[in-house]
Amino acid sequence: MKKWASIKSNLPAAVFLGLIVILWELISRAAAVPAYILPAPTEIAVALGDNFLLLIAHTRVTLAAVLSGLALAVLTACILAVAMDRWKPLKQALYPVLVISQSIPIFALAPLMLIWFGVGLLPKILIVTLVCFFPLAVNLVEGLSQVDPEAIDLMQTMKANRWMIMISVQLPFAMPFFFSGLKIAATYSVLGAIIGEWLGARAGLGIYMLRAMNSFRTSHLFASVIVVILLSLALFKLVELAGWASMPWQRQSKDQMEG
Amino acid sequence: MIPIEKLQLKEVSSTYSSGEEKLPVLDRVSLSVGAGEFVSVIGPSGSGKSTILKIAAGLLNPDRGKVFIDSSDITGNPQLVGYMPQQDLLFPWKTLKQNAALPLLAAKTKKKEAYARVEEMLPVFGLEGFADYYPYQLSGGMRQRTALMRTMLIDSDLMLLDEPFGALDALTRENMQDWLLRIWERFKRSALFVTHSIDEAIYLSDRVCVISERPGKNVLEQVIELPRPRKKELLTTEKFTSYKQMLIDALSVKS
Repeated sequence: MKKWASIKSNLPAAVFLGLIVILWELISRAAAVPAYILPAPTEIAVALGDNFLLLIAHTRVTLAAVLSGLALAVLTACILAVAMDRWKPLKQALYPVLVISQSIPIFALAPLMLIWFGVGLLPKILIVTLVCFFPLAVNLVEGLSQVDPEAIDLMQTMKANRWMIMISVQLPFAMPFFFSGLKIAATYSVLGAIIGEWLGARAGLGIYMLRAMNSFRTSHLFASVIVVILLSLALFKLVELAGWASMPWQRQSKDQMEG
Repeated sequence: MIPIEKLQLKEVSSTYSSGEEKLPVLDRVSLSVGAGEFVSVIGPSGSGKSTILKIAAGLLNPDRGKVFIDSSDITGNPQLVGYMPQQDLLFPWKTLKQNAALPLLAAKTKKKEAYARVEEMLPVFGLEGFADYYPYQLSGGMRQRTALMRTMLIDSDLMLLDEPFGALDALTRENMQDWLLRIWERFKRSALFVTHSIDEAIYLSDRVCVISERPGKNVLEQVIELPRPRKKELLTTEKFTSYKQMLIDALSVKS
């Protein structure tokens, strides 16, 4: 029942996407658009097939930066969010700075990372971390502060200490907030890694894109875009799955809403 | 002989303020609960009944007045008390067992020992076999019994109960009242019970305090001389009805 409902709800999007691809194919054949401007979907598929192993190799490099960057972002966001919740002056001092830091375009920060840390893996990891940190930290801080004050009162009448309240009440309460932040972060992370690679790297999907672009192999460029989309979607779904697995108490309400 | 008071509120006043607005909630309310006594506070909605409990637990600092537990001044200092707030406040991410064990874990009991004690208590509360259920899998009455069990596992002989049965249907509610009485008799605690049901207050209590509309003031204090253990037959006796009439009259007095 649930499966069918989810297929049914995705059907319009799939049909729409299918129609666009067919239209695209027809137009590029009928109008004979040069492949370096707009390759037909079939040409892209061929490029994808021909370069499959090469694309996998580059994806692995990008994925390494994405996963390490995400992990680092999760770690720092958790530590900072808990610290900001525990010590209000820290929150007052740091929170506005975090918001301001978000208005600095990543394109301005990324070159600095490269100047400071070279063209290896580290600057990419840091760029991914920078991009992912904010949605994670903001969501966590929000979640930790939105706990029902009655629940805190109750814990106080049990003489529970602050850490016990944090671990058994605030953190579990903030978990749905954390996971919605992580979903946003996961989709940003691939983008962050690719931007990092554009500015200087030896391998990775960003490098593959640059090379395809410079040699006017537009079909290869499109092929890498498809890989990026699939990678982002996979990460997104993975986060959703992790949320589902780690919050068994949240399943009931979701099922009810869909059922 | 001076009676042994477990809890005393002396001329407590409180104001609710949000921004510019200042709303007087309690106006010199005094009440006491003797050791082993069951006292109910009854009043119209919004008469600051919940505020009385918060102040009694030391969670809220009153503008005026003092709170004593076992004759020591605890005004504004959160105490180890069996506080049961309006909603059951079971944590959805914890199973029944984990929820009930919280007071024990807060008192630094080893996890294994805490769970063993909870398991032992389950039959008393009619919850055997449900230890590993999440709150959403339990019925309203079961959730309330779990919350009550958690309250009982708080190592304090004072219970502060804030309309614990307000959200339950009438039938479950009556069952829960008998549950509460049995538990109270078994554990020999002092209880301050907030409700807006007159029947409930008379049925459960040794004494009923009537509080006026906001700002809440003492209106009437009535000792309930009905035999214990209380039985449902009492509800239709003449004595019960006369208490009821008295309380209805007290509640309809405008402040």
